[in-house]
Amino acid sequence: MLLIRCPYCEEERPELEFRNAGEAHIARSANIAGETDDDFEKFFFIRSNPKGIIYERWRHMHGCARFFNAVRDTVTDKFVMTYKAGEPKPSKLPGVAK
Amino acid sequence: MAKAAARKTAPAASPSVERRPALAGRSTSATSVKVEVLPPAERMSLRAPEASVAALSKALGVTLPNKPKTSASKGGRTALWLGPDEWLVIDEAGSDPLADCAKVSVLHSAVGISHRNIAIAVTGAGAAATINAGCPQDLSLDVFPVGAASRTILGKTEIVLLRTAADTFRVECWRSFSDYVFTFLSEGSRDAAV
Repeated sequence: MLLIRCPYCEEERPELEFRNAGEAHIARSANIAGETDDDFEKFFFIRSNPKGIIYERWRHMHGCARFFNAVRDTVTDKFVMTYKAGEPKPSKLPGVAK
Repeated sequence: MAKAAARKTAPAASPSVERRPALAGRSTSATSVKVEVLPPAERMSLRAPEASVAALSKALGVTLPNKPKTSASKGGRTALWLGPDEWLVIDEAGSDPLADCAKVSVLHSAVGISHRNIAIAVTGAGAAATINAGCPQDLSLDVFPVGAASRTILGKTEIVLLRTAADTFRVECWRSFSDYVFTFLSEGSRDAAV
């Protein structure tokens, strides 16, 4: 079983307590009604789906119930790091080249 | 209309309105574990920002814990940390924590959930093994010490787990799940006894 570190509970917890909540850092337009259809499609449907490092939202559903962000490698399924919701994208990732 | 109002004021006729807690009094024993349903208690779900915590702690008579996976207990009242601004308050002494919170004017949300939950005590040398039959958390004493509390899962349901002694756990679950949880723990206790 994967262990995921919850930044609010400050410890690693079994994956069964967590839910994935899609890609992170997708900003909703302040004027959503004024968006063109193409821009709305990009915001609403189009996701990056990279091979490698991905930034995701996760929720500690059956724990503290809080949303947080996680950096995960889609190839190895390893969690690189997790950080609280609202914090900026980490500029430097531990243990990742580049 | 007048008739309905008159009927409302008439005294309750029979004791058929008696409340029946789910699974009341049920218990089961295996070689090293005892699983039993605990008597009803007052419960409250409390949400509050950090600025309100001190005033609420004073009103409740128990200091709301601010560290993850901890609880605080005083005079039959226990406050369990569930999230950064969320607590479960259980009162076994019979006084109503909702009434205490109502006296406080600071911002908070207190919801009575006394009859939403039931509590099951798992006691004995095999208590941790019994719960681990369906709970993926590490329940060893150095990681989950006495007084530790956490919302987690047991099999397919969500539970709130509180370690009240080295070999005693209190399992809180929703009453509609209680049959499943009790059966799950009973079977877990049989496995733990092996």
